[in-house]
Amino acid sequence: MAKIIIPTPLRKFTGNNAFLETNGKTIGKAIYGITETFPEIKQHLYDKDGKLRSFVRVFLGDTDVRTLSGELTEVGPTDTISIIPAIAGGIKG
Amino acid sequence: MNLKIEDSVLKEICLHLTESYPNEGCGFLYGTDGGERQILFSAKTSNSKSGDQKRRFEISPEDYMHAEKFAIEKNFSLLGIYHSHPDYPALPSEHDLSVAFPFFSYIIISVLKGKTGEITSWRLNENSKKFEKEIIL
Repeated sequence: MAKIIIPTPLRKFTGNNAFLETNGKTIGKAIYGITETFPEIKQHLYDKDGKLRSFVRVFLGDTDVRTLSGELTEVGPTDTISIIPAIAGGIKG
Repeated sequence: MNLKIEDSVLKEICLHLTESYPNEGCGFLYGTDGGERQILFSAKTSNSKSGDQKRRFEISPEDYMHAEKFAIEKNFSLLGIYHSHPDYPALPSEHDLSVAFPFFSYIIISVLKGKTGEITSWRLNENSKKFEKEIIL
């Protein structure tokens, strides 16, 4: 099974699990599968239109899936998926 | 909410943010969160913001991913982010709030004319969607 690394700020929504396993065959199915088991995480991953939030990046191994096929990117059984919150800020509003 | 942080760690962070001036500097905070949150060490990282780094900072997804993996390897928790506000108060901006995630402590340090000033720390209240100030011990 592929492995998903949950970022620290979202682990409280996954029972404090840093890693989850997935049978999802694509990135989209793997990520959405998390919300079926842990519904409270959904608001932090998806916007109102059901799309992955712009503040959330997904990597397959060391590659941003946006440079692959996005949510349709295929996932193999030994792959590692990382969910990465965008970290930014600063003075200007 | 309290945030314990070693003086030596704060000094290291302040040195990094002074060196980053007049741009915003940023880095990761690691430690333990059992009962009372304690920052045991920090790691500076690059401000990857393209454009005005005097007013904005950004951490690349690659650097963030490595920070998470480092925490797992070392068996510590990634507890937050620090960044500077050059020539500006240590108060979170609307932009800081709009991109904040739950759980993390966000330390903000004012750097005035190249010297570090006020130090504050903030945590997102998930219900009010506002920052709450942490008491730094």
